[in-house]
Amino acid sequence: MASPRISQLAILGITTGIFSGLFGVGGGIVLVPLLVLWIGFDERRAAATSLLAIVIAASAGAATQLIYGNVHFVAALTVGIPAVGGVLIGTWLQQRIPVALVQLLFSVLLVAVAVLVVLR
Amino acid sequence: MIALAIIIGVAAGVLSGLFGIGGGILLVPALALVLGLGHVEAEATSLLAIIPVAAVGAWRQKGYGNLDVRAGLTIGAFAAVAAIVGVALVNVLPVDLVRYAFAVLMLYVAWRMAASAIAQLRAEPDSTASDGS
Repeated sequence: MASPRISQLAILGITTGIFSGLFGVGGGIVLVPLLVLWIGFDERRAAATSLLAIVIAASAGAATQLIYGNVHFVAALTVGIPAVGGVLIGTWLQQRIPVALVQLLFSVLLVAVAVLVVLR
Repeated sequence: MIALAIIIGVAAGVLSGLFGIGGGILLVPALALVLGLGHVEAEATSLLAIIPVAAVGAWRQKGYGNLDVRAGLTIGAFAAVAAIVGVALVNVLPVDLVRYAFAVLMLYVAWRMAASAIAQLRAEPDSTASDGS
């Protein structure tokens, strides 16, 4: 399918960035539903594109935090290395589950995050 | 404690790959509650840890033919700049009020996502891993 227009990509990026900066939620929680419901991506395409966007946005955020001296490298490696193993499992699993089921599970995740946002 | 952090790390990665999120939802609590980092340090460290996770996930997804590289890079660039605006808005907006509004919006989006998913499942009850689009 064709890639979205540049104006749509700008709106997606700006919306995702503002919400994640404002509430401290990850960009993917905002971006994936927008890609699915507004742009019409299926869950796999939405998840894939979201992950690349997160690489860019998280790099900018992490660079800022490095300057402030808030990053603990050993702790980052302690959770980050296992998480890299986990993401290989997650992406593999995602190709084997019907896209609609992944989308249904994502809606459960959204409810959980909504609760966390209120409880914070 | 290290073992628990590793297990939560794996779980965060699985969620990341499955749903296309960074995994901070699990990484931040793991860093704060299990490894004892302060809240700001946990958020900052989570951002660094997420980079290789999301990069490997995006790379695998590219292999599966699901990645729109142009869209991902462009959205990410706009989001990186807009996040600065979002952080600045925290000091301007009545954040508690906005937070409840955001939670309600997320519940609405969850309902829309679920309704759309259920419609797809009913239309194609036998659809497995194949993608028609």
